[in-house]
Amino acid sequence: MSDGPEPQSQMHWFLFGMRGLFSLPAIILMLSFVGFAAFTAEAKVPVGEVMFMTGIVWALPAKVILVSSMLSGAPLAATFLAVTLSSVRLMPMVASLVPEIRTARTPTWLLLVISHFIAITAWVFAIERVHKVPRGGRVAFFAGFGATLTTVNVLLVGLVYGAVSVFPPLVSGCLFFLTPVYFLTSLWISARHRVVYWALGIGLALGWLFATIAPQYDILLAGVLGGTLAWWGERMLRRREAAR
Amino acid sequence: MSFADLGPYLFIVVAGWLATDIWRWAGVLVGNRIDETSEVLNWVRAVATALVAAVIAKMIFFPTGALETSPLWLRLAAVVFGALAFFVGGRFRQIAGIAAAIAFLAAGLAIIGP
Repeated sequence: MSDGPEPQSQMHWFLFGMRGLFSLPAIILMLSFVGFAAFTAEAKVPVGEVMFMTGIVWALPAKVILVSSMLSGAPLAATFLAVTLSSVRLMPMVASLVPEIRTARTPTWLLLVISHFIAITAWVFAIERVHKVPRGGRVAFFAGFGATLTTVNVLLVGLVYGAVSVFPPLVSGCLFFLTPVYFLTSLWISARHRVVYWALGIGLALGWLFATIAPQYDILLAGVLGGTLAWWGERMLRRREAAR
Repeated sequence: MSFADLGPYLFIVVAGWLATDIWRWAGVLVGNRIDETSEVLNWVRAVATALVAAVIAKMIFFPTGALETSPLWLRLAAVVFGALAFFVGGRFRQIAGIAAAIAFLAAGLAIIGP
């Protein structure tokens, strides 16, 4: 499987990864999933579909876009486009993590399988901690963390979905609000390029603007136009700086 | 074709699972061959971030469910208060920012009624 010296040690690192469930990022993510369960319960999406998409889609922004599109009755192609554009960010995340965790003998199929567990939280967690694990144990470490976090959240969403309707409005309101606030802080913290801050600010402004004037295509329009504007503006500034 | 014609699970598989996992698979296949400094990747990164930002804006400005009837100024003030805590929070800025925003919102809702 990898350069791990013995099977016991692979199991050790897998279990070590599982313990990441009790880390701060994992706990915030679980609270966000309670919020997501509240969001879907309020929107009357059946609990089976919510658990199914939690396991199979996993990335929270993609699921929020998916649910919003389903609720507004958007066509399949438009939904696919909106979800897939929100998930492009997963590619550089995975691409930057893979060289850190693989060994010369790690099979590609295994990386393809565990890549499913990549989302903002899992990526931040892995990039921060994977260096404390010997290279031979890193794939097992990440697999243990990712598989556990995903499974626990599928069960969690199913468990709290029913309870959400009995929450007082103050509690479900606060849980709903956790998701945007958590995303804001996570995007800011995980940004390693100036263009990300620009895109965050412009995306927020255009998100509001297009939600007001073109609610059916707001996320797509704000993403493509806002992202292009942020990229163009940051690039102009970068060139001006370079010219100086 | 719409959501109702396809059945929700098939819809989730195509527009949810395939739409996300193709990028994860592409990430594996690209691996370390990706040029981290390329202008295309910079643009893709910006568009992806702006998309998520638009989702955040929609949830703050046009929330569904329990927050739908809450005043906009309260939600915006909660975000600003959270941002202040975030920027002075140091090592614990993420938890400080989130806790401050939620506490502000909860206090506001408790006072004026959600």
